[in-house]
Amino acid sequence: MTLNVELVSPVQRVWSGEAEMVSARTIDGDLGILSGHAPLFGVLVDGQVKIKAVDGTTTEFVVNGGFLSVSKDRVSILTESVG
Amino acid sequence: MGAQLRVYRRRMRSVKATKKITKAMELISASRIVKAQQRVAASTPYANELTRAVSAVATYSSTNHPLTTPSENPKRAAILIISADRGMAGAYSNNAVKEGEQLAALIRGRGLETTSYLVGRKAVNYYKFRKRPIAGSWSGFSDSPTYENAKEVADALIVAFLADAQTDVNGVDEIHIVFTEFQSMLTQNAMAKRMLPLEVIESDAPAPAGLLPMYEFEPSAETVLNSLLPRYIEARVFNAMLQSAASEHAARRRAMKSATDNAEDLIKSLTRLANAARQAEITQEISEIVGGADALASASAGSE
Repeated sequence: MTLNVELVSPVQRVWSGEAEMVSARTIDGDLGILSGHAPLFGVLVDGQVKIKAVDGTTTEFVVNGGFLSVSKDRVSILTESVG
Repeated sequence: MGAQLRVYRRRMRSVKATKKITKAMELISASRIVKAQQRVAASTPYANELTRAVSAVATYSSTNHPLTTPSENPKRAAILIISADRGMAGAYSNNAVKEGEQLAALIRGRGLETTSYLVGRKAVNYYKFRKRPIAGSWSGFSDSPTYENAKEVADALIVAFLADAQTDVNGVDEIHIVFTEFQSMLTQNAMAKRMLPLEVIESDAPAPAGLLPMYEFEPSAETVLNSLLPRYIEARVFNAMLQSAASEHAARRRAMKSATDNAEDLIKSLTRLANAARQAEITQEISEIVGGADALASASAGSE
């Protein structure tokens, strides 16, 4: 089982594809998401979002605020701008 | 060259010069539509995800957020009209402004006051000429709006919405948006939509399975809504602006295409007229020469 991840900003789709793990920083603290995570909706703070793709490569993005929603192995990260 | 012919030639030259300009504008707009369409497409995933998120949060949390709760006694409504900065786009701006007028009449019919927020010089000029009050106006970016532009407009609207309409003259209870939907290269529709309060669909029927799951909120539903809704409004405004920009280019391309076609027709009929004038001139000259020779011949014949 893998996660179906989408990282989108208002002007473009930044990253989309299958991933093993996503980690991001919410208001409450760092959060790692693996397959099978419960439905979650979180507010992100400025910081890094790490996506570990199925091929083992890890991509890091710096986001300026945003949201993270998880449901049924589908992760969408909405951010206003990606650095 | 006769006077008549000279006049025709002069008019043809002027029409030809106009045609060159309209043709150039047509080509420029045609290339910009594609770009504008791509920008609409690029912003769609974000808008879709956000809409999904907002409906999930608003449907499954019991919080009564001001942005989702309609006022019991609404007093004032804001109308945001998105028009063009420049003309030469046929009835594009006019249609948006007219749609806004209709919406305003409808809202006034419900006993509410309206305040106007305008984007684009055309709408601003329309209101200024009629000396109507303008609550806020922005211009200079109608053909390629950025997210920052949308944010600026959305921020002003949210501030007005959060102010208490009963006591504050700038406060509003509802926000409506009028923009031009880009359906295809040929069809664009001016349309009005209510942005706030959100129309959260609360149906008794169970939600379609798997569509909107029960979410855990991090840190709380209240906080999530607080930060989610402004983003949602910004995204809505941004999307409306991008669609309007694409529509503006499409409308301009169409207007310039028909202007070019008309110029072509005009040149054709002027060419015919000029040719007829030239031939008439030649015929006249010939008959003058023949008449002159005739007169000379009969004069010399009489003297002998």
